[in-house]
Amino acid sequence: MTTPPSATREYLKPPITEVGVIGWLRGNLFNSWYNSILTIVFILVLMQLVPPLFKWAFVDSLWNSSSEACREIDGACWSVIPQNINFIIFGFFPEGQQWRPTLAMLLMVALLFYSKNRSAWKKSLGWYWLVGLVVMGGLMRGGFFGMTLVETAQWSGLPLTFMLSLFGIVGAYPLGVVLALGRRSKMPAIKTLCVVYIELIRGVPLISLLFMSSVMFPLFLPEGVTIDKVLRAQVAIILFTAAYIAEVVRGGLQAMPRGQYEAADSLGLNYNQTMRLVILPQALKIVIPPTVSQMLSALKDTSLVVIIALYDVLKTTKATLANPKWTGYSTEAYIFLAVLYFICCYALSSYSRKLEKDLHTGH
Amino acid sequence: MRREPDITAGSELRPSAAPFWRDPEKRAIVFQVVALLLVGLACYYLFSNTQANLQRQSIATGFGFLDKEAGFEIGESLVQYSAADSYARALLVGALNTVKVSFIGIVFTVILGTFVGIARLSSNWLVARLAGGYIELMQNIPVLLQLFFWYALFYEFFPAPRQALNPFNGVFLCNRGLIFAVPEPSPAHAAMGWALVAALALGWGLNRWGRQRQARTGQMFPAVRVTMVLSLLLPLLAWLAYGAPTAMDVPQLTGFNFTGGVTVSPEFTALLLGLVLYTAAFVAEIVRAGIQSVGRGQVEAAMSIGLRPGQVLHLVILPQALRVIIPPLTNQLLSLTKNSSLAIAIGYADFVAVTNTTINQTGQAIEGVALIMIVYLLFSLSTSVFMNWYNKKTAMVER
Repeated sequence: MTTPPSATREYLKPPITEVGVIGWLRGNLFNSWYNSILTIVFILVLMQLVPPLFKWAFVDSLWNSSSEACREIDGACWSVIPQNINFIIFGFFPEGQQWRPTLAMLLMVALLFYSKNRSAWKKSLGWYWLVGLVVMGGLMRGGFFGMTLVETAQWSGLPLTFMLSLFGIVGAYPLGVVLALGRRSKMPAIKTLCVVYIELIRGVPLISLLFMSSVMFPLFLPEGVTIDKVLRAQVAIILFTAAYIAEVVRGGLQAMPRGQYEAADSLGLNYNQTMRLVILPQALKIVIPPTVSQMLSALKDTSLVVIIALYDVLKTTKATLANPKWTGYSTEAYIFLAVLYFICCYALSSYSRKLEKDLHTGH
Repeated sequence: MRREPDITAGSELRPSAAPFWRDPEKRAIVFQVVALLLVGLACYYLFSNTQANLQRQSIATGFGFLDKEAGFEIGESLVQYSAADSYARALLVGALNTVKVSFIGIVFTVILGTFVGIARLSSNWLVARLAGGYIELMQNIPVLLQLFFWYALFYEFFPAPRQALNPFNGVFLCNRGLIFAVPEPSPAHAAMGWALVAALALGWGLNRWGRQRQARTGQMFPAVRVTMVLSLLLPLLAWLAYGAPTAMDVPQLTGFNFTGGVTVSPEFTALLLGLVLYTAAFVAEIVRAGIQSVGRGQVEAAMSIGLRPGQVLHLVILPQALRVIIPPLTNQLLSLTKNSSLAIAIGYADFVAVTNTTINQTGQAIEGVALIMIVYLLFSLSTSVFMNWYNKKTAMVER
């Protein structure tokens, strides 16, 4: 009979250098000689950079003061933002009516948050969005229920940025799906048209399309007909985004196994039914993450309308900085905008990554 | 192509012929004809409107304006140019400026992106986190905003030429750009260039010979390393042969600006910085994904047959990772080239900026926009031709 192990037997604890803070440091920062050197070099560099930046941004800075007070200090003049926030956000939208774009933006954020949950992905969601977009457009434009009419030329600032990207993606999506189907079609003429369109658009910069909309498009219209500049830019963004969406959707279509087509055929479904009931629901599900990434690109790309002198949020900021009172504080204003864009884009990109993980039903 | 089910083959019950709207093949022809007709009609409509508008505004069509005098100055140019030159010459200057910023941008982007991508996978927590933060930050801010930011930084934080920063001997940094000393022109430089070309040609030959020898005898030849040594050694010899000229063209402060040396304009620097920092973040993610795509088993197998770490990287990881990396990398570099058109927003005279000035002066909007599209399409198409060739060359041989 062996003696049972004594209950009081002491187990050796791991060495102090392997656990806790020291263990973590050894494992993650000093786990080899070159990593130790890298760590030390980076800490030294950060020590050089961070304190002066911190001092500039938070210690020596002014947060809500007049521009004269800003001239006295060495630090950041964040005052440029609160003092001009109204113009930066709303641009030329008539004062006193600014609750309308605010409400429209809130509606958009609410809809986006609602669509975030996968349990909300039903047919009704499409209808909610349709109603939401109409209400947003109506709120912005007005002209009924006692709201004064605000021409699209006066739409500016953050609402314009959001409207251009949102309507851009909503308009581009169906067009992109049609183009992708066309590109996969067996009819040579249809296929050629779609391929030429997609490759042409993807081969040129967005700027050239925006130029086309601003300087060339008026020549295309019959005499006397004019289309507003914002609308023209919107169409250019839609046409541009559609080509990229088409390629994303084509990826999904190509990922569909042949068996799905054959099974649909054997059920006697025609082309429309096959696509609508069998292929597209599966293919579009696969490409949701890249589609969200495409939305992200569309949001970033709308900033390009600055170049054709539309007053999106970047242009209103630039206009503020052109005011002699506030020249010289571009860095602060651009950092504010960068934070604004970063919040929106980061939310989208991390959502796209999360979806990719959730929807990954492969092996 | 699907056909109507033929359940009654050989019997008299079979319908004589399906009406044409039931026959998929005939229906397809009808669809295509209708689609072509619609596109054709739309084109005709736009074309006739344009004709009428151009006649009313009495704008001449065609590219005749290219020969006329441009009459505007361009800030920086790789070839001789003055306001008295033709529009064609101005557009050439713009195109060369686009090529210049894209080429230098691509080189820096690949280098920086590779470093950040590898750093992202580092076992050093700090380095990996910094790289990750960099990638997130750069990817989520519009590139145009970044360009504006760097450009503003140049003007607001860097001093005037009189108080220029002087980080190294012969290098000045001020709001007129980056000014640095260059060697004075001498015949040695041309000789050094030819020596480099000769070294590269020699290296190519050595590589070929080395591979043939390896196929014959199994012995490897370090062609890459020999080529690197050669391409340093031969130009150095050429330099010594010309008596080792060391005269430098050092920038001097005269009046309000510098003379001599080479000036890199703030516009160019801001554009390059913005494009490189933005695109490198995407390239870093591509490089990371490429390296991660090579399975651990590959590395372990390579080590188990006795390859050294350098050989594992060179012979096993890189060839497989590159196959994954190159196609999306080309797309990113192409998008850098397309994004260089944002130069117009900060006043760098690239092709789009020059064309825009031309459109404003001549009113030749259609020709101008067409030129922009053709030039960028040429870039894209030549890149995709290269890509197809590369894909075919490196495609995995499947059983």
